[in-house]
Amino acid sequence: MTATPITPAAAPLLVKLRNPAIAALLGWLVPGAGHLYQGRTAKGILFMVSILSTFFYGLYLGDGKVVYASWRAGDTRWAYVCQIGVGLAALPALVQANRPHDGDAAGFMAPPELPRGVHGGGDGGELGVWNRNLNRYFELGTVYTMIAGLLNVLAIYDAFAGPVESGDIIEEDDDEKSTPTGAAA
Amino acid sequence: MVPHFLLLGMINQLWYALPLVMVISLVYAATRHELMGPILLHAVRLGVWIGGFMAAIFAVLLAVSWWWL
Repeated sequence: MTATPITPAAAPLLVKLRNPAIAALLGWLVPGAGHLYQGRTAKGILFMVSILSTFFYGLYLGDGKVVYASWRAGDTRWAYVCQIGVGLAALPALVQANRPHDGDAAGFMAPPELPRGVHGGGDGGELGVWNRNLNRYFELGTVYTMIAGLLNVLAIYDAFAGPVESGDIIEEDDDEKSTPTGAAA
Repeated sequence: MVPHFLLLGMINQLWYALPLVMVISLVYAATRHELMGPILLHAVRLGVWIGGFMAAIFAVLLAVSWWWL
């Protein structure tokens, strides 16, 4: 004689991904926007608030100087590879990196001036001045903005492919054939 | 100056880790579930786990600094 379950099985939750590629692109441009596009409002707002607040707090800690793009000899900004994960909020740095600078204050998210002289040294150029003035807050701001970018990569994947282990039924597009990936027990 | 107190002097900087732990827990939990209830539950468990792990590592380092120096 088989035992009957005491509680009824929960109905599986239908997660509609619509167009996953567009959701992923929107999710990159604005954290959480991909989920809002899919109608997953609560998660979209959660990702948007969490990731953007982390990014902008890091920008505040670093006095707006920790997000910049640079691939010059002597100043390769590897942190930007993570920061670009936040999307539109970090894109001005790419524009600034390609603008010509005439030695004056280049502006928001512009790369720092390199040290003058043959092999640099001395005070470390404008980057050295930033590190001296901001002390540990330059590194802290960099870490915060990098983590925001990396977390958005998780959010983008969630928008593209749905939650990982929930066992909910995930439907890609109303116009395409449904692809159930599992059912809740 | 007793060197191991330098480690204790870092505690005020560790406060900056708290928002990061919260955000990482929330975002990771949100990628594992769809409903807010399980997300928040998973986030709290993960945040406590991360905090506890950091505290344990801090205690080990403090003990080593006491013993070594």
